Amino acid sequence: MATTPRIIVVGGGLAGLSSVIKIAEAGGKVDLFSIVPVKRSHSVCAQGGINAAKNLKGEGDDVLKHFDDTVYGGDFLANQTPIKNMTAMGPAIIDLLDRMGVPFNRTPEGLLDFRRFGGTLYHRTAFAGATTGQQLLYALDEQVRRHESEGKVTKYEGWEFLSAVLDDNGVCRGISAMDLRSMEVRTFPADAIILCTGGIGAIFGKSTNSVVCTGSAQAALYQQGAYYANGEFIQVHPTAIPGEDKLRLMSESARGEGGRVWVPRDKNDKRVAKSIPEGERWYFLEEWYPKYGNLVPRDVATRAIHKIVYEHGMGIDGQPMVYLDLTHIDRATLNRKLEGILEIYEKFVGDDPRDVPMKIFPGMHYTMGGLWVDFNQMTNIPGVFAAGEADYSIHGANRLGANSLLSCIYGGFVAGPNAMNYAKALPAQAGDGGHSAEFSRQTQLNQQLLSSTGSENPFKLWRELGDTMTRHATIIRYNAGLAEADAKIVELQSRYKNLNLSDKSQWANTSFAFARQLANMLELSRVVVQGAACRDESRGAHYKPDFPERNDAQFLKTTKVSYVDHAPRIEWEDVDISHIQPRPRNYAATA
Amino acid sequence: MATATLPTPTTTAAAQRTGTRTIKVEIKRQATPDAAARTEKFEIPYRPGMNITSVLGEIAAEPITADGRETTAIAYDANCLEEICGSCAMLINGKARMACSALVDKLREGDEPITLAPLSKFPVVRDLAVDRSVLFQNLKAVKAWVPIDGSYELGPAPRQFPQIQEQRYPLSNCISCTICMEVCPQFNDSTNFVGAATIAQVKLFNMDPSGAVLKEERLRALAGDGGVQECGMAQNCVAACPKQLPLIEAISDVSRDVVFQQVKDLFAR
Ligand SMILES: Cc1cc2nc3c(=O)[nH]c(=O)nc-3n(C[C@H](O)[C@H](O)[C@H](O)COP(=O)(O)OP(=O)(O)OC[C@H]3O[C@@H](n4cnc5c(N)ncnc54)[C@H](O)[C@@H]3O)c2cc1C
Ligand code: FES
Repeated sequence: MATTPRIIVVGGGLAGLSSVIKIAEAGGKVDLFSIVPVKRSHSVCAQGGINAAKNLKGEGDDVLKHFDDTVYGGDFLANQTPIKNMTAMGPAIIDLLDRMGVPFNRTPEGLLDFRRFGGTLYHRTAFAGATTGQQLLYALDEQVRRHESEGKVTKYEGWEFLSAVLDDNGVCRGISAMDLRSMEVRTFPADAIILCTGGIGAIFGKSTNSVVCTGSAQAALYQQGAYYANGEFIQVHPTAIPGEDKLRLMSESARGEGGRVWVPRDKNDKRVAKSIPEGERWYFLEEWYPKYGNLVPRDVATRAIHKIVYEHGMGIDGQPMVYLDLTHIDRATLNRKLEGILEIYEKFVGDDPRDVPMKIFPGMHYTMGGLWVDFNQMTNIPGVFAAGEADYSIHGANRLGANSLLSCIYGGFVAGPNAMNYAKALPAQAGDGGHSAEFSRQTQLNQQLLSSTGSENPFKLWRELGDTMTRHATIIRYNAGLAEADAKIVELQSRYKNLNLSDKSQWANTSFAFARQLANMLELSRVVVQGAACRDESRGAHYKPDFPERNDAQFLKTTKVSYVDHAPRIEWEDVDISHIQPRPRNYAATA
Repeated sequence: MATATLPTPTTTAAAQRTGTRTIKVEIKRQATPDAAARTEKFEIPYRPGMNITSVLGEIAAEPITADGRETTAIAYDANCLEEICGSCAMLINGKARMACSALVDKLREGDEPITLAPLSKFPVVRDLAVDRSVLFQNLKAVKAWVPIDGSYELGPAPRQFPQIQEQRYPLSNCISCTICMEVCPQFNDSTNFVGAATIAQVKLFNMDPSGAVLKEERLRALAGDGGVQECGMAQNCVAACPKQLPLIEAISDVSRDVVFQQVKDLFAR
C-alpha cells in the first residue's frame, strides 16, 4: 500500500466535491477530474432546496418521517438502510453547509427558514433563494479551493474520464482520461476512484439537464463490467418551460410557495389567463389529490398533466401546456423566495410570472437509476466507487424534490472515507496494473474515430436518439414502442460506424469529444429501454398502461444490467425492506 | 393515446433548409491559441425562440458556411443553457454577454448579420472558447472561503439575521463569467487589476460571521499592486453584469476597508 492513499475523484458537482473534502481532511491525496471547471458543474442548476428534518417550524417533523416519505415516495424500490442513514445525517449536513457560509434564507429570529416540497406534508426544505444548488456548489467549491491551495488536491479541469484502468484481477488501479484541449490521452494511477459524473439527460435530447450530463462515464464503466441498476426509472418533472434548445426547469419550489396548477374549465376558452374567473378554472391537482394538492410527488403530477392534455384534450389553446400560477402571491414574497427562477422565465419566455401565469409542461429531469453500489458506495468493480446522481441508490422508483442535493452530499461523505479505507488495505499492484493496455485501447479507439470516412454527423445521430428516447421511454411506456426504440438505437449504432468527423484536428476538437460520448450514450440508452421493457408493472415514474398496477410479487426487485456480448443482460436483486413494510402508494387518499 | 409525450428535439437542419427564413451569423474563428483569426459566415434556418447557443448547435449539426464550403463545428463553452453556470460569455454584436440567454429575436435588426467573437481580454483557446482561469487564481489569492475547522459535526452555525443574508445572497450569485473584467478599462496587463468579481467575493466572505476571521488577510491581498485602488470607477462592470451584482457598492465598501486596514497596519508596525 502507498503511504498516502491516492484517490481519483471524477466529477466536481456536489457529490464529487463532498468526497474530495472528506478525503483531503483524512490526509489522502486527491486528483479531481472534471470536463467543465468544477464551479460550472450541473449542480449549479438546482433551484428549490435541500431536505433535512430539522423541525424548526414546530410541526413535529423528524428524521424517521423524512425516511418514510422517501421510501414511500420511491414506491419501495430503494434499499432502505442507506435512506435511513442519509435522512439521519440530513440535519448535520445542513448545519455544516450553514457553517460554510451558504446564504440560506432566514427567519426573523435568525434561524434557517424552510419551505414545503412535494411528497411531504412538512416544511423540510432549506433554501437559498431559488438558486440553492448554485449556493451549495460554491460553498463546497470554496472548501476544495482551500484544500487545493494547501496542496492536498490537484484539479484536472478540462479533462474527460474515458475509462477505468483495471489490473489482471479486475481491480481498479487508476483511470484513463483525455485533455479536451490537446486531445492527449493519459492514464493516471490511483488506489481507488470515485465516479460522481451526474445525470444522463442528454440521451433524451432535450431535458432540464446541463450539456455535459451525457452519462458517458457511467456507460464506459458499465461496458467495463460495472452493473448499471434501475436504469428504466427516469424522472420527468411536471413543470418545465418548453424551449427550443432545452427544457428549462420551473422548480417545485414555485408550488412549495403556493403556486397552483390549472387549466380553463372550458377547453375553448380563449381569454387571457388572468381574466378567467376563479370558478371557471380547473385546479385539477387540488381536486384529484385533496391532501397533497399541488405538492403530490413528481411522477403523479406529471401523469396528471399528461392526462389533462392528451386524454381530456384540455391543454391551453390546444397546446401541450398548462398554467402554473403565482400571480396571487405578493411580489415582495416572490422576489425574496423565488427570484432566481422567475428571472429564468422572464429571460427565456419574455413574460413576468409575477403578473402572468406561466405555461409549463413536463420535461425529462433526473435519473433514479445509475451505477450499482453497495452500502459503502462501491460498485461491483473493486476500487471503483460512485456517488450522486450517477449512482442508483436512495431514490427508488421516484425521487422526492430536494432529496437529490442531500443524497449527493451524503453519497460523497460515505464514498470518500470508504475509498480511503479501501485504499489503505489495498495490496500493491503487480506489473503496471493494466495501464499500458488501457492506454493503447483508448488511443486505438481515438485513431479509429479520426480515420473514419463515412457520412453520418454525430450531432444528427444524437437528435434522432433524443427523439426516440423521449417518444418511447418517458411518461408512458408500451412494450411495442420500447422494442421500436431498441431497434432504432441498434440502427444508430450501426450508422455510428459510418461517422464523418468534419473536424479531424487535434486541438480542442469538440465534435471528436462528442462523438466519443455518443457511442457510450447509445449503449446506455439500450439499458434504459430494455430495463423498461422487462418491467411489466407500473411503479413510481415507470408507467405502463398495459400493466397499470405495482406488482411486488414479481418486481419488488432492483434491475441489474451487465454488458455481455455487446448487449445489456438483465438480472434481478432483492430490495432491502428491513425497516418499513411495503404498502400501497396512494396520494389521492384523504386520511 | 398519443405516445408523443414531450416536445422532442428539432428535426434536422437539412429538412428546415427548405423553410424560408434564415439568420446570418459572422463568427470570428481561430484554430489554436497562436493561429491567425479569420471570420466565417453562416446562414442558418431560423426557428422562433432560438438563442445563440442553439445557433452554434445548428452549425455543429451542419458545418457548412454561407458560401457552401464545408467547415468544422465552432468551439465554445456552454453547460447549463440557463445563465447560471457562467460558461458561455462571448462578444455578441460587439457586446460582452452570455450566449445562452441572448435570444436571436432580440438581437437582430432587419437582415443584419449577428457577429460573434471571443472575449478580448483572455487568451483564446479556440474559436469562441477562452481561458478564464485567472479568476479562479484570484479567488485563491484572496482566500474566498470560510475556514471551517472541519466537516465533522459541530452543531449549528451562528444565527444570522435576514438583513445580513439579504446583503450576502446577491454577492453570492456571481457566476464567474468574467464579463465584469472584460468590460473594465482597468483590467489589462499594465495594471494587473483583479477585477470586480474578486472584490465582491471579498466583501461576501468578510461579511460572513466566521469568514470574517480572514478579513485582514483578504484586505491586505487587495491592498497592493493590481488591488482595489486600481478601479477607475468607469462603472462598466455593474452595467454589464448579467446577474446584476451590486459591484460598485462592493468595490467602494472594500476600498474603504482596505484603506482602514492600511492605516491600522501602519500604526501597528
Ligand atoms: C434544473 C434542475 C434543478 C434541480 N433542482 C434541484 C433541487 O432544488 N433540489 C435537489 O435536491 N435536486 C435538484 N436537482 C437535481 C440535482 O441538481 C442533481 O441531481 C445534482 O446536482 C447532481 O449532482 P452530481 O454531483 O451528482 O453531478 P453534477 O453536478 O452533474 O456534476 C457532474 C460532474 O461530473 C463531471 N463529469 C461528467 N462526465 C465526466 C467525464 N466523463 N469526465 C470528467 N468529468 C465528468 C462534470 O464536469 C461535473 O463536474 C435539479 C436538477 C436540475 C436539472
Ligand atoms: S451555458 Fe451556462 S451561463 Fe450560458
